[in-house]
Amino acid sequence: MLSKRLIACLDVRDGHLAKSVKFVDTKNIGDPVAKAREYYLDGLDELVFYDITASSERRRIILDVVEAVAEQVFIPLSVGGGVASVGDATDLRLAGAEKINVNSAAVRRPALIAECAQAIGNQNVVLSMDIRRVVASADVPSGYEIVIDGGRQPMGIDALGWAKEGERLGAGELVVNSIDADGTREGYELDLTRMLSEAVRIPVIASGGAGVPEHLYDVLTDGKADAALVASMVHYGDYTVSGLKRHLHEKGVKMRMSW
Amino acid sequence: MAVIVDYDAGNLMSVARACREVGLRAEISSDPTRIRHAERIIFPGVGAAGSAMRSLAASGVDAALTDAFASGTPILGICLGLQISLDHSEENDTVTLGLLPGEVRRFRLDDPSLKVPHMGWNAVRVIRRHPVLDGVEEGDEFYFVHAYRPIPAHAADIIAESVYEGSFCSALGRGNYVATQFHPEKSGRVGLRLLERFADWDGRVDA
Repeated sequence: MLSKRLIACLDVRDGHLAKSVKFVDTKNIGDPVAKAREYYLDGLDELVFYDITASSERRRIILDVVEAVAEQVFIPLSVGGGVASVGDATDLRLAGAEKINVNSAAVRRPALIAECAQAIGNQNVVLSMDIRRVVASADVPSGYEIVIDGGRQPMGIDALGWAKEGERLGAGELVVNSIDADGTREGYELDLTRMLSEAVRIPVIASGGAGVPEHLYDVLTDGKADAALVASMVHYGDYTVSGLKRHLHEKGVKMRMSW
Repeated sequence: MAVIVDYDAGNLMSVARACREVGLRAEISSDPTRIRHAERIIFPGVGAAGSAMRSLAASGVDAALTDAFASGTPILGICLGLQISLDHSEENDTVTLGLLPGEVRRFRLDDPSLKVPHMGWNAVRVIRRHPVLDGVEEGDEFYFVHAYRPIPAHAADIIAESVYEGSFCSALGRGNYVATQFHPEKSGRVGLRLLERFADWDGRVDA
């Protein structure tokens, strides 16, 4: 049967690895290519690059990073950040990305999901959702709202409805990123992750808030996620990829343990 | 020089990069003449069976692959490449190459929590010794992305199995043809080692 996946997320700004807390205060913490290679050799199951470059050179920089990583990392590679057209998606695929994450542009223009699915296959289109807890309302009955543009722009769209719509339009996978939990190291938002996992029939990747190995265990069991995404936990050397996988394996979570 | 067959079925660069990593010189080509004269062939592919077969027929690559198979060229099929080497696919009700007898059917699973496509890392259990899969150990996992599964007509053609609710064939082969449903180029070092063994394979299987 399928193993649960451990995914590391590398936020790349101007070609450097960055890390944010609650989507602000990004700082430069190293070379993304070297980190990617290190995690790959330590048994990582999948890599995600998120391009948070602000400069006008942005496309070229992320394409160079993806190309350099694809030359030496032989696991699925997923890339997102600013993907707004099929052209963006196919450029990234040619550079070596397997899967393409769409986020803000898909909220503004949902047809983007269907167009990308048609061009590169459903299984390669990942709908990444940034979600914030709000008081439930008529527009947002689940109490979880979609926010775009790196957490700056609340959309008044219900996360549950958007997840189902994304699946219907052809997304092959969902990333559920809790803005409230992002960078806090206090744990994934389990209720949100479980709610969306139960609502769709495509894999769900939990993102935001992991601080200790127990958090990964919780979201892969109680939270019903298919994959757990980590960043700070491994970037600062507090934990290793293989150590996290061993912990989960010893607690009975099916993980890939030989590489 | 190996040829990676190009027939508008997905991105071949990851296969080309993995070949380079293991020292296998390979060119991407859709030229039937090059395919007929290739030292060895990698036949990858992601996408739908129907459009893939149309593209193969339009370029004449279908006949070139059949000829290469008959002449003993070592061939490695990957994912869709494996599927369309059988006779028939349920996907778009497509008549496929027929290098080996068998058919391809969509996963039909009883457990509603199991998702289709079958995507992610899964164990591959070798059930028949084969030079290209020699060294794959109990518990080794490979990366899969597929909604359809191959069903070879002859059990003897099945080299490896994996489990997704039930068992399914995850690698098959006969003579100089070997194929994997998983993606060795995306399966870390166990996948690269498989490509390495294919690069050294003479196309013969000892009985």
